[in-house]
Amino acid sequence: MTSPLKDRACIAGIGETEYSRGGPNSERSLLSLQLEAATRAIADAGLTNKDVDAILPSQYGRPAEELAANLGVEELRYAATVFMGGASPVACLQTAAMAIAVGVATNVLIVTGFNFYSSRRVQALSGVSTAPLAWIANDYYVPHGVVAPAQWYSLIARRHMHEFGTTCEQLGAVAVAMRKHAQLNDRALMHGKALTLEDYLASPILFGPYRLLDCCLETDGAAAIVVTAAERAGDARQKPVFLSGVATGHPYPADDITNRKDIFEIGLTHAAPRALAMAGVEHKEIDFAQIYDCFTFEAIQQIEEMGFCRRGEGGAFVEGGRIELGGELPVNTHGGLLSEAHTLGMNHITEAVRQLRGEGGARQVKDARVGLVTGWGDFGDGSIAILRN
Amino acid sequence: MTMSETKHAKPLPALTGLAGEFYGWCGKNELRFQRCTGCAAWRHVPRELCPECGTGEWSWERSSGHGRVFTWTVATRAIHPAFEHDVPYAAVVVEMDEGVRVLSQVVDCPPDELTMDMPVEVTFEAVTPEVTLPKFRRKLCEKE
Repeated sequence: MTSPLKDRACIAGIGETEYSRGGPNSERSLLSLQLEAATRAIADAGLTNKDVDAILPSQYGRPAEELAANLGVEELRYAATVFMGGASPVACLQTAAMAIAVGVATNVLIVTGFNFYSSRRVQALSGVSTAPLAWIANDYYVPHGVVAPAQWYSLIARRHMHEFGTTCEQLGAVAVAMRKHAQLNDRALMHGKALTLEDYLASPILFGPYRLLDCCLETDGAAAIVVTAAERAGDARQKPVFLSGVATGHPYPADDITNRKDIFEIGLTHAAPRALAMAGVEHKEIDFAQIYDCFTFEAIQQIEEMGFCRRGEGGAFVEGGRIELGGELPVNTHGGLLSEAHTLGMNHITEAVRQLRGEGGARQVKDARVGLVTGWGDFGDGSIAILRN
Repeated sequence: MTMSETKHAKPLPALTGLAGEFYGWCGKNELRFQRCTGCAAWRHVPRELCPECGTGEWSWERSSGHGRVFTWTVATRAIHPAFEHDVPYAAVVVEMDEGVRVLSQVVDCPPDELTMDMPVEVTFEAVTPEVTLPKFRRKLCEKE
């Protein structure tokens, strides 16, 4: 049965601010960053602010009401926030498609923003504040000194290394590939800073087994997209990018990362087969994948759980240039969270759109027709979208 | 920079609700987990309902206190400043003989001596007059 969401919505506009780690852009308010990204996305879609009738803001950003008041969105028909951490932007594609398919809204603005670089040290004192996780983390993890995502996920990475023989060098292959792609992207914060596997191995261990260079960047910036009804695609200013498949999923239990029967189960384990079936797409048809690379191992784990290889084979999969441009499955052609910037993964969606518009420039995947984007959040919540041009 | 000026108190668990009950037992130097009255399944972290059968009644049953190291992560720098004097330290997931897993630390084992499946047993650390945390130590004599 064809899903009523398949190809019913398209991404018509994308917008981003500069990405920074310090300097004037990092002095700006989160609201100011988010409004710039939103305004650019709306203009890119060929719309005016008043055409927007739904806003899906990030749990870490400013609320829809405030964004609407600043943008002059007078008739806000629908607003909702998805609480899945870094899985939220891709999950919002699902929410947007549902709102559009049932006629609740027509032009949906999805916007994220982060003062990640400039505000992190303040956040560190507050323990874990993310709503779905806070209770268990603060009562059972934080008192033992476990406060950060790098700690949560490295618990899984170490177990994977133990059970399957995944190596530091394989984690490093992810970091090197992302950095290589960033050299072709002048927006990337690691543009002009090449990285070898030797550099990676020489970087200090922060949360063993994770080294500094296993960790994503902490940056300031915002990114936004506008999703619109597929039947309006003909009016769009830009080549539309259609949402063919989308799904979200949770590991079980989602709120406790330690007590899962299958410690490697993540949201994508469940969501990926659903999204691929909805799109009617097989793995070999995917031209590129923008995978939420909060840490190197998470890219490997998602590749496995999506079924690009069997569980335990992800380490070998990312070696030998297979995930680099020109390889079998180019991953994070913009440099990812590891080497471009961290906008809660919205920059993975904007990059997928650029690739499917054919605007990838030096990093364009040749003849890209079908792309995949994932989100990862909290204790392994997952989201996935299959996009096509 | 003096210690007294930079010292932050380590964050503590809430002593209300089910967490209060769990840590209340720890305060008596007893590691107890919920066990479902309906289906006898052990569970941790504490839950209001049994995820296996939906039963809302349970008893707090005493754990053997024995388990094995399931995985761990080694912090070489403190994100929370209260842990600055502890680095490097390992946070360890222990799989208990009852099947549940507990995130804690192995207090008598430096991070580089941890091994997978290492047998450990519970010990208790009163971190304030009100709060006692369950910790682990190496089991010295492992019966074959």
